[in-house]
Amino acid sequence: MRILIVEDDLILLDGLRAGLNILGATVDAVSSCAEAHAALSTSTFDAVVLDLMLPDGSGLNVLATMRSQGNNTPVLLLTALDEVADRIKGLDAGADDYLGKPFDLEELGARVRAIVRRKAGRTTPRLMHNGITLDPASLTVSMNEKAVNLSRREFAILSALMERPGVIHSKNELEDRLYGWQDEVESNAVEVHIHNLRSKIGRESIETLRGIGYRMRAVTT
Amino acid sequence: MIIHSMKGRLFSVLVAATGLIWLCASVWIFFQTRSEVEHVLDTRLQEAARMVSSLASSGPSLPSADVVPNRAADPKSNSYERQLSCQIWSLDGRLVARSSGAPTDSLGGEADGFSDQQVGGETWRVYAISETSKGIRVLVGDRLGLRERLVSDLLRGLLWPALLIVPLLGLMTWSILGRGLRPLQKMAADLTNRSTDDLSALDVRHTPPELAPLANSLNNLFARVEAARQHEREITAFAAHELRTPLAGLKIQAEVALATADAGSRAAALRNIMVSVDRTSRLVRQLLAVARLDTQSHVDRTDRINLGQVLEQIVSEGPIVDAVDLSLPAAIYDIQISTNRELLTIALRNLHENAVHHASGHGRVNWSAKLEPAVVTIMVEDDGPGIPEAEMALVRSRFFRGRHKSSSGSGLGLSIVELALEKIGAALVLQNKTAGTGLRAIISLPYRTVP
Repeated sequence: MRILIVEDDLILLDGLRAGLNILGATVDAVSSCAEAHAALSTSTFDAVVLDLMLPDGSGLNVLATMRSQGNNTPVLLLTALDEVADRIKGLDAGADDYLGKPFDLEELGARVRAIVRRKAGRTTPRLMHNGITLDPASLTVSMNEKAVNLSRREFAILSALMERPGVIHSKNELEDRLYGWQDEVESNAVEVHIHNLRSKIGRESIETLRGIGYRMRAVTT
Repeated sequence: MIIHSMKGRLFSVLVAATGLIWLCASVWIFFQTRSEVEHVLDTRLQEAARMVSSLASSGPSLPSADVVPNRAADPKSNSYERQLSCQIWSLDGRLVARSSGAPTDSLGGEADGFSDQQVGGETWRVYAISETSKGIRVLVGDRLGLRERLVSDLLRGLLWPALLIVPLLGLMTWSILGRGLRPLQKMAADLTNRSTDDLSALDVRHTPPELAPLANSLNNLFARVEAARQHEREITAFAAHELRTPLAGLKIQAEVALATADAGSRAAALRNIMVSVDRTSRLVRQLLAVARLDTQSHVDRTDRINLGQVLEQIVSEGPIVDAVDLSLPAAIYDIQISTNRELLTIALRNLHENAVHHASGHGRVNWSAKLEPAVVTIMVEDDGPGIPEAEMALVRSRFFRGRHKSSSGSGLGLSIVELALEKIGAALVLQNKTAGTGLRAIISLPYRTVP
């Protein structure tokens, strides 16, 4: 899961990056409206955590621009103001959830997962496909009731594939999910991770469409 | 001091005034009536005497004294009958005739005209007239006792109804006062029934003109209290807002420190916590300073300070940096200035922290001062980024954090400086340096030297 964080307090921003990383997300962090616009126009994210008071304007402007450009990435607003009127304004501007500062890291993680799930149209927290069960909250994967041990990156790729099982994911798209801007992308990393995944959950479970990308194999009964 | 009820006081004043007027009137009426009665009765005595003397023929032909039946009049009788007694004496001293009820002793003295006489233990008012041609002397008199009874009866007739009317008057005064004070009671009831946060203005359209000043003063007070409350609410809201972000940062860094398996990440998180705690405590200190400055209405400016030593202390207590340059004229150490030490220190310390903060890493902070006869000018310069001209007007407002904001700024520093300086009569000028970058803050502090 790749998340964009927009927050101007550097210590909080650093904490969010580290915390969401621990929760299994790939995080890009920016601290102004302008940087947020730039990030949103160049990369796709699974969710945006947006602070309301930014040095060069209100987070609501970023949100409004996103929505007007047809960007439906789920947005969770973070704010130090917790007046009901502010919440209503935020939600009406197109936010998917709202969290007042200070907050629990666990709660933030759960809310982010929830808005991502809701956007994908799922109601169950776990992803299930062909006997493989992936739990985004506990970062665990099991196959036919047996736990499978995956690395962070393998987990990220598998969850990307399992979120939309019928859809083909390009190598670039998967790289986007794996690496933030600061991370260095190894040239054949995705291939390596897919290879390792196949050895853990079965060679047949992931299809390769040469030159196009990867997808989960259709359910065989 | 005992404070009586307004109604009670008005009532007693009104009743006392009415009573006093009544008493004065009664006394006046008493004297007036007595003199009038005296005058009328004297005239009657005179007329009666003249009538009798003109009717009387010459002495010897008059009937003897015994002819007129002697019936003693009862002076205590309620009736005013037989008030007058008449005696006719011959000039040689014989009682020729007397009216019934008249005493047998002579009523008169030697002289004619009015006189008061003691006869038979009573005081008589007598008019004497001598008729030499007829050889008689006519004396007509009445008892003074009777006269006084007449006057006192008149007065009693006047006072008895008054005594009956007084309670009635009191009752009416009381109820009229109650009615007159009703608008006041209504206003009091309105105020009593208000909730504590209702500070809306009283309706002055239906207030009698006498109460309008009170209502207006109350409305004025309400407005001021409301403004103060609003101010307080804003401060509290801002404070809450400004504290929540660092608290969120602290919390999440602590959670990261607990959750991470990597020793390096844990150390980084803990370092961040330290930085954030420092910064949050500075913010709390500044919020408290603002709250204290806001409530301080009277500022005592009698502390004797040595400006040079104060500045040295602030620089030495401030953040540890290499490049702080304190160049003060020697004369500044020779004088004692009378001002408020706490406020001056707050202002200088915040300016110093600001300058050090913005200069840190790549620059110097220069303190200098110029001593003039009545004003000392203190200047601090940093070589940080300065303040964009567009933000120059805003930097003194509370919680404003400009484009060059830093993570440790609260947006309170300059507003605290300005507030504190204003209270000690000093002025603050902020300008960007003309040569190179950096901010220059100039304080003009009018001073009085004290020995």
